[in-house]
Amino acid sequence: MNALAARRRHPAAIAVLILLGLVLTGALYAVVAPKPADAATSAAPAQSVEEGRNLFRANCASCHGTNAEGRPTGNGDTIAGPSLAGVGAAAVDFQMGTGRMPMTQPGVQAPAGGQINFTDEEIASIGAYIASLAPGPEVPSEEMVDPTRGDPALGGALFRVNCAMCHNFAASGGALTRGKYAPGIGADVTPTHIYEAMVTGPQSMPVFNDNNLTPESKRDIIAFLDAINTQENPGGMALGSLGPVTEGLFAWVFGLGILVAAAVWLGSKAA
Amino acid sequence: MNEQDTPHPGTEVTPAEGHGTAVRLDEGHVVGEGGLPDRFTNPGLPHHVPRMADLDERAAKRAEKQVATLFGLSILGTLLFIVLYFAIDIEQTVFIPGVGTTSASNFALGITLAISLLGIGLGAVHWAKTLMPDTEVVEERHPMRASDESRQRVVDELAGGGRSSQITRRPLIKYTLGGALGLFAVPIVLQVAGSLGPMPQKSLSLTWWNGGPSGPGEEPTFTPLRLMRDPENTPIRADDVTIGSVFHVMPEGLLPDPVTHEGGAEHLLEEKAKAAVLLMRLDPDQIQSQKELDWGYEGIVAYSKICTHVGCPVGLYEQQTHHLLCPCHQSTFDVTQDCKVIFGPAKRPLPQLKIDVDDEGYLVSAAPFAEAVGPSFWERG
Repeated sequence: MNALAARRRHPAAIAVLILLGLVLTGALYAVVAPKPADAATSAAPAQSVEEGRNLFRANCASCHGTNAEGRPTGNGDTIAGPSLAGVGAAAVDFQMGTGRMPMTQPGVQAPAGGQINFTDEEIASIGAYIASLAPGPEVPSEEMVDPTRGDPALGGALFRVNCAMCHNFAASGGALTRGKYAPGIGADVTPTHIYEAMVTGPQSMPVFNDNNLTPESKRDIIAFLDAINTQENPGGMALGSLGPVTEGLFAWVFGLGILVAAAVWLGSKAA
Repeated sequence: MNEQDTPHPGTEVTPAEGHGTAVRLDEGHVVGEGGLPDRFTNPGLPHHVPRMADLDERAAKRAEKQVATLFGLSILGTLLFIVLYFAIDIEQTVFIPGVGTTSASNFALGITLAISLLGIGLGAVHWAKTLMPDTEVVEERHPMRASDESRQRVVDELAGGGRSSQITRRPLIKYTLGGALGLFAVPIVLQVAGSLGPMPQKSLSLTWWNGGPSGPGEEPTFTPLRLMRDPENTPIRADDVTIGSVFHVMPEGLLPDPVTHEGGAEHLLEEKAKAAVLLMRLDPDQIQSQKELDWGYEGIVAYSKICTHVGCPVGLYEQQTHHLLCPCHQSTFDVTQDCKVIFGPAKRPLPQLKIDVDDEGYLVSAAPFAEAVGPSFWERG
């Protein structure tokens, strides 16, 4: 203890204390943070409305209401979960299939890539239940989202007008207001999910119904995304495809850094 | 510094006898004697420190080998470049950690060219630093000023030339020459000013929604124009626009055919840059502005897509918050409040396009924009 007391005025003491506090807080958070509900253990393959209703009540009803009618929060000004009447099976497949739902914690946006604790059959059952409440968009067929049947050039024109302002010209995503963001659409996003996002308009994204972008146009956009995600990059590092910001930063830091280092080396005396 | 070295303000320091020399930097520690010298002498260059290669022949040999190795590396890089230029198929790709999948040819040629150039450069610098003479040399510069005789001769010759040309005696020549040379500047300035293009006239306040081409000198007369999808160029029915939808719209007649690229406006980009419109449908109960409701159709509203700040396309529509965000400077417009600015540098709301539905159920414009779209300009009314 004496050794500790003697070193309490050491210049590094503050840094060590802050580091310790951060590690402790992080460890505590990892223990206490809400875990995704893991109640779905039955793996019945039958895609039935009844099965879906049971799964829904076990996993979704705390926010979306017992009968998917939506539920307000205690403070009344926001909703915990919106009504799901009319969102269709496509919305369920998109939200649950990409790990956005069930949401692990409240936030401005449900992030993708959460752990998916449901089998495809269970998601389809919940989708069938939601679709039974009110008509809504269906999960598209394989043929409707097949990139090889689309026209990437036309899809590119459609993407640049309808999608690029939020999702970036290279589909690498971008920021929206107040912490919300348009996610990047990389090779890890399946064509089915891209189609479902367009037709249902999840979260901040507007709806692109079949009268706005026809199913063929949607397939063209999917073909375009497939083309830019699989193409090689002859120029080397894409630097996130974010445009002049990362490219400028790279040039200033590394390009100028090397030049400055070379100038210092040239000017130094040999002996 | 000793206390006695510091002259106190107000006290006269008179250098004592024999204290008139400055201390040289290379003489090591010198005990001060007090007082200031009359004049600081130039300390000169620091002592030359010989390098390892100057003293030891083996070190010089080693340096020679290092320089030769670097030049040899450059030769190797160049030869590799030539070989790989022919050896690698230009279509071949390769995965490079940290870079990703990239062209094998580009990567190989870049690396070998870097080795060949860096080898020459590093070798030359290393050579200069280790073997080339590094003794300090002073080269005195002759004075810049010419001798007084030369200067006087120049003045005399110029004045004599002026006198013999009679320009001072004949003012008619002097003034006509001045006029001719002065006027000659006008054609040069005129070309620069003239090539700035035609004056915009009213074209900044007009768009294609005024009834057609809106360039300088055009006088379009208003006719209702259908709202067309961009880039498909197909009309939009009111019932196509479901709640939460957003359509990117151009006026009828502006866009060329999306497949054949025929037809459309003559100055396509200028017209598109002014006429772009965003069409959204909200629940009419959420719209707080009566004017917005009146100028829309059952909650379908059309707003100019051109930001009133510096004219970027405001395309980022959040269907839950009904905020329109400009990607350039984060100006945010609230669609429920007639596109009022709620954040960012924009000063005016986005202009609304008054729309209606024609006999066939398609959306049409009911009036052109009531104000100029886009950023401010001097003559803006």
